[in-house]
Amino acid sequence: MIPREKDNVVYIDSDSAPRILHAGEDFEYEQLPIGTRVIYPNQPIRGLPHPDAAIRYALNHPEEMEPLYALLRPSMRVTIVMDDISLPLPSMKLPDVRERVLTIVLDILANHGVDDVRLLVANALHRRMTAAEMKRVVGAKIFNRYYPDQFINHDAEDPEAIVTLGETELGEVVKTHRWCAEADLNIYVNINLVPMDGGHKSMGIGTTDYQGLLAHHNPKTMLEVDGYMDPEKSELAHSGNRIGRVLDQHLKVFHIETALNNRMYDQSMNFLAKNEDDFSELDRLAFQSLRWTLKKLPRAAKREIFHRIPSPYEIIAVHAGKTEPVHSKILAKNYEQYCVPVKGQADVLITGIPYISPYNANSILNPLLVQVMALGYIYNLYRGSPLVRDGGVLIITHPLFDDFDQRFHPSYIEFFHRCLTETRDSFELHRRFEREFAKNPTYIEMYRRGNAFHGAHPFYMWYWGDAGRARVGKVICVGAENEHVPSIMGWERASTLHDAIERAKDLTKPNPDISMLHLAPILMTDVSV
Amino acid sequence: MMRGTHLPWRGKTAASHSAGETSAAFYDMDGTLVRTNLVHSYLYLTRNEVTVSRSILKTLEGLAKLPAFLVADRFSRAFFNEMLYAGYEGMYEDRLLELAEEHFDEVLRPNIYPGIYELVENARKVGLRQVIVSGSLDVFVAPLARHLGMDDFVSNRLELKDGVATGKLVKPIVAGAVKARLIQEYAQAFDIDLLRSYAYSDSFSDYSMLAVVGRPAAVNPDSRLRRAAQELEWPVIDVR
Repeated sequence: MIPREKDNVVYIDSDSAPRILHAGEDFEYEQLPIGTRVIYPNQPIRGLPHPDAAIRYALNHPEEMEPLYALLRPSMRVTIVMDDISLPLPSMKLPDVRERVLTIVLDILANHGVDDVRLLVANALHRRMTAAEMKRVVGAKIFNRYYPDQFINHDAEDPEAIVTLGETELGEVVKTHRWCAEADLNIYVNINLVPMDGGHKSMGIGTTDYQGLLAHHNPKTMLEVDGYMDPEKSELAHSGNRIGRVLDQHLKVFHIETALNNRMYDQSMNFLAKNEDDFSELDRLAFQSLRWTLKKLPRAAKREIFHRIPSPYEIIAVHAGKTEPVHSKILAKNYEQYCVPVKGQADVLITGIPYISPYNANSILNPLLVQVMALGYIYNLYRGSPLVRDGGVLIITHPLFDDFDQRFHPSYIEFFHRCLTETRDSFELHRRFEREFAKNPTYIEMYRRGNAFHGAHPFYMWYWGDAGRARVGKVICVGAENEHVPSIMGWERASTLHDAIERAKDLTKPNPDISMLHLAPILMTDVSV
Repeated sequence: MMRGTHLPWRGKTAASHSAGETSAAFYDMDGTLVRTNLVHSYLYLTRNEVTVSRSILKTLEGLAKLPAFLVADRFSRAFFNEMLYAGYEGMYEDRLLELAEEHFDEVLRPNIYPGIYELVENARKVGLRQVIVSGSLDVFVAPLARHLGMDDFVSNRLELKDGVATGKLVKPIVAGAVKARLIQEYAQAFDIDLLRSYAYSDSFSDYSMLAVVGRPAAVNPDSRLRRAAQELEWPVIDVR
């Protein structure tokens, strides 16, 4: 049965209002061609009215495992592992989900005489969270009790911290943090913002090292992914599952997963999630004021403001127990929140790129991350078939400033300006440069003692874009403020959306089917071809 | 390994090897590897003069010159070195050598930054030739270079006459832009690809040394170097 397109799929006609597109720390307000299909996010699913009770219920009624309290005995060692700052995006209004879950879990542990408890952030090769960020996600009370000795970031470069558990049937090396290997029980606290999060990825990828990641974070595997948001079709997810199953043979893991709704904006900014045709006068005024203010502010100030606005996300589901059944229930909730049925692919897909990605919390969305947002994240926000047809054109709006955060992304700078200027071929990049970056003593030092992403991380960002890059005919960036950044990435540049659409016609029929993904909040498409 | 005849005085440590390196890591010493500086070394020596009265006299003299050292350092690292080393005039070479090991045990070793061991070890793991390039004296650099397993060091050397220091340095004085030139010469002599090499320093006075390699990094940088590193998008490391 072909699913019916919902009310949040709108076709532009002659009296339609212009549409709002994110463009980094600014917004574009563009009149789209008549006939353009604009796809809006679903309305937020109502949050659980009693989230703490729901968490307790999940812990007491887990999937295919005994309840948490039944797994406990006095004096046992428990390691609680949690997602890092990349989730959720933007950061959520307090209390963070992790604080909610941890408060309840730690209470249960204390009541059962479990006092040997350690907290570990599963950041893999992501940057270490700062103390302030760690405090924010778990709350002051938990932070003050466990930080710094019993609440740490995972350190993939600490040989003392990494334990090899074995190999999968395909030879993928399975490693984890010593705290996990030595624990009598591991409890994972997850936030499943999008369907590529969670499941076996949490422990299997979040607590490994560079060698462990080589099994799947490589050009071959990432090119084989047919939809990152559809684990069934993702070779990356398959590899994570194989690794997770080996992990489960060695460790006892009680998995707690949560799903959030897509309430990204509070009341004052909620117009950004609305159909522009339905704007009230107040909405129009609010948007014009926001746009005017942003135009007057320097970019760094805008960035600072945006990163300080948390989202009023609400928990819509929480499940606990064995990793796979838990994850499958949470995935279903993610899809319910995000998926919008649409009929037919588009020749041209237009989308705005916002100021944030999973890899630049409290930082700059540098060009490599814009690429990840466009070809990694947004291109892949589909189940079934991609929204843009193979050989079609992806048009994005972003200034593409040549601006990197030296503290968080030092290796990105060298990758972008040295490696990518030599080749855009992921296999060649992998072969010629990746190991050199991964073993660069400066980058290792910055990862371990500073707050830098690992030297290998920019490579993963580029590989992630490969599937999209291989399938779209070209990417055109509207509003790029320089020539060299789009040129290094092999993208075209257009000064207006109209120009971009005209240029897209080189690869499409004269009257292309155009769609616009009205992000953010997050949405996914279920495309029936 | 042969010593390049065109190079100035260069020390060689037990760890020296020559098997096919193509890149290197060059480290400034004072403020980068250790938290002490040239003045600390100077004051250590003056404190350990042969007689108590001479010790007191020299130490007081050194302390009195501190403000002048600071001004000189802001003006030019080479000028600062000249001023500082003038105070070594009259010291005996054998006494210097004797004190150097004690200086390492008492002054340098306790002040090696904690993150340095790992940085050096990681550089060694990827096969980088490890070289200290320092304005400090050879006698002070050598024990540290041995301790950290460096392959080489390039440093200053006191001019000696009949075994007694004249208070002058053997030229060229290793400081500022000269460090960059020496690194270039070193690279030429040992077929090192500077674009793939690393340099680490804490001070803006070593800007040239950092700029001459492909992978510079500011280590615990002073404010001027931090600004330059930000401007040039060089990595900044804190090993303290």
